[in-house]
Amino acid sequence: MSVIYILLSISIIIAIGFFIAFIMAVKSGQYDDSYTPSVRMLFEDEIVKKSPKKSKITTKNK
Amino acid sequence: MNSTQCYHCGDNCDKSTIVFDEKSFCCNGCKTVYEIFSENDLTCYYDFQSSPGAIPKEIQGKYDFLDQQNIIDKLLEFNDDSTQIVTLYIPHIHCSSCIWILENLHKLNSEISSSQVNFGKKTVRVTYNGNTYSLKETVLLLSSIGYEPYISLDDFKIGEQHINRSIIYKLGIAGFAFGNIMFLSFPEYFQVDGFWIEKYKPLFRWLMFTFSLPVVFYAAQDYFMSAYKGLRSKLLNIDVPIALGIAVLFIRSSIEIIFDFGSGFFDSLTGLVFFLLIGKFFQQKTYAFLSFERDYKSYFPIAVTKITSEGSETPIQVYDIKKGDRLLIRNEELIPVDGILISGNASIDYSFVTGESEHLSKQSGDKLYAGGKQTSGVIEMEALKSVEQSYLTQLWSNDVFNTNKEEAFTTLTNAISKNFTIAVLTIAFVSTIFWLFYDASKAMNVFTAVLIIACPCAIALSAPFTFGNLLRIFGKLKFYIKNANVIEQLASINTIIFDKTGTITSNKKSTAIYEGESLSTSEEILLKNTLRGSNHPLSRTLYDLLDEHNIIILNHFEEHIGKGIEASHNTNTIKIGSASFVGQTQDTPVLNTAVHIKTNDSYKGKFTFYNSYRKGISKLFNHLKEDYDLVILSGDNEGERDNLKKLLPAKTKLIFNQKPDDKLEYIKYHQSEGAKVLMIGDGLNDAGALAQSNVGIALSENVNVFSPACDAILDASKFNRLYAYIKASKSAIKIIKWSFVLSFIYNILGLYFAVTGQLSPVIAAILMPLSSISIVLFTTIFTNILGRQLE
Repeated sequence: MSVIYILLSISIIIAIGFFIAFIMAVKSGQYDDSYTPSVRMLFEDEIVKKSPKKSKITTKNK
Repeated sequence: MNSTQCYHCGDNCDKSTIVFDEKSFCCNGCKTVYEIFSENDLTCYYDFQSSPGAIPKEIQGKYDFLDQQNIIDKLLEFNDDSTQIVTLYIPHIHCSSCIWILENLHKLNSEISSSQVNFGKKTVRVTYNGNTYSLKETVLLLSSIGYEPYISLDDFKIGEQHINRSIIYKLGIAGFAFGNIMFLSFPEYFQVDGFWIEKYKPLFRWLMFTFSLPVVFYAAQDYFMSAYKGLRSKLLNIDVPIALGIAVLFIRSSIEIIFDFGSGFFDSLTGLVFFLLIGKFFQQKTYAFLSFERDYKSYFPIAVTKITSEGSETPIQVYDIKKGDRLLIRNEELIPVDGILISGNASIDYSFVTGESEHLSKQSGDKLYAGGKQTSGVIEMEALKSVEQSYLTQLWSNDVFNTNKEEAFTTLTNAISKNFTIAVLTIAFVSTIFWLFYDASKAMNVFTAVLIIACPCAIALSAPFTFGNLLRIFGKLKFYIKNANVIEQLASINTIIFDKTGTITSNKKSTAIYEGESLSTSEEILLKNTLRGSNHPLSRTLYDLLDEHNIIILNHFEEHIGKGIEASHNTNTIKIGSASFVGQTQDTPVLNTAVHIKTNDSYKGKFTFYNSYRKGISKLFNHLKEDYDLVILSGDNEGERDNLKKLLPAKTKLIFNQKPDDKLEYIKYHQSEGAKVLMIGDGLNDAGALAQSNVGIALSENVNVFSPACDAILDASKFNRLYAYIKASKSAIKIIKWSFVLSFIYNILGLYFAVTGQLSPVIAAILMPLSSISIVLFTTIFTNILGRQLE
């Protein structure tokens, strides 16, 4: 049953790892704006092909 | 009747329709923006939302002040050799198309490397190459596509606002510790005897102790500090029993594990802190795009145009204006300082500043006051005072802007907590003394048990969750409240004071009543067509109010600014304008704006303009009159007295010609007589009154644009629901009182266990979360029911 020392230590280390990730995520400012990313991810990407002439041809990815 | 809608901005294309690329536009501006987008392959803008655009405004010369380096330095967020970053507030951001186009600015101009929108705050953060592109060009680009930024004196705030995320960190730590401690405490709950538990018990207990340390010393520190402050000022606020409970829990649990009396109450301790912090977090609802702290600085521009002694025009910061400076004020620009009009046709709109609803025409030599908006062309003026000394801005030096309203108000929670603390301490001492005689070993146990279980957390959670939920519900109904205290104050008011101009009157439509001989059809056609050619606001209003007629070409048309218009068609002539212009003498001085009509040299009559009042106002006042004293305080003249008497209940007091200071003093006087005042206003002239009153609501047609410092912002479209909102606040107080009753039941149950010495950690660990969760559920369900009734 002394294996419980090892088990406890590993689980606590992992838990603290997650906690540090949480602190870092909040600090980076990700959660300051929680609304705009939800809209941004719904925009479609566009394929832009630059032709040798000045005009740009853009096709939309439907 | 042509009622196509502009493809870009959605307005009606009645007056003139421009067709381009098979789409209709209401004006050249909209068409130009469409052209810009289609040339750069950005027509995707129109796919996310229909008619998302705005008509780009005329900004000739308006942003010249952005050439000045010292202004640029103050506005930029980041500035180094090649990169410059600026965050601009753009009121027009309202939909996903806006986000899309603003994040694709780099397609419009390759000097812009990236841009990011914060939708909640309605800002865009643009990064561009500082060497080849300038701040002014960025602003001009944004304006040209209809997203003009709003730059005011407020943006000059020195120092960046540091975002306070500490509540999230504290909540994270408390939750993390709570979860882990709960798991660590299971072995002792479920397996009471046995060899291995005896061996490993200390390990689990000391781990629990370690996890609880950051909770007690970091996450709960606000409660300790607030309790200390409260005790210092002899106030028993709700944080005192909370801090006491946490301290006793920690000390008793530590002693128990050191001396092996028991396993301690660490799980209840961290659970308590966790739930309390959730309550605090939930109560904090901020509207990032609104500010409740605005003063005149967010209304005034940063710079105006100064005419130097050589006659050239340079931009000058508003703060640098000195007495004697000559300033050039363009159409739709604000007068920044008190001064004298030198030249030009001045037609000043003071409605925001003094509440007068009609524009004032000023002659050369007349005094002009800061805050007025020039509405007819360009004028030159000479400054008499600086910005801080102007009549209007002096208002902000009044003490009322420095005192904090909230400190004077005892919330319901704090009122209850005083009695609660005293009751708990009494029970603790009495039961301890009882047990000292009966069975001394249990005495200490009972004393600490009472202090632990008498959970103020239910009391501390009722108000935050009720008000927090109600804040959100109100926000969805376009009633944006600053914080939970305001709702409590709103429920206790007994007098309601309204401003007139802009608050109960709407700026959008006016009504005009015609008195005089009726006009023949040909005269009406002539009238309508003459008005069509004039840009004067009265002409435009009257044009919209008249019936439709055919368009005819006038032979002769002449507009005399400040006086009137004259025109002729075939054999008919018409003169429209002020009484003196049409040659009519005024016997009695008229307070309301009137436009006189003279056709073919014979006087016909006049159109008198009255304020148009918001819809539903009679009904609103009739509801309110039963419970509240109603007053109208107006900065305008008495012209509307009869109209108001007809519209409003008889006991409503109507007081006119109130300057901003008068409004403030009126409220102060009535407060000293015991009135609890709710003030509803909209302009700078109401700023003092809004600050002085117990609750100040700013009414706004467009919440994105400036509104003075207040406790709540109400969208003008919801003005007639005011009575329902006040009633809802009162119901919220009732819900809180019932949840107090619920928490008392839990407390009595817990006290039974504590007083009889039977309080074990398991019971505490069950009771505390149970009471907290049930209170939260109770208040949330009932406030949601309340919210549904409101809609």
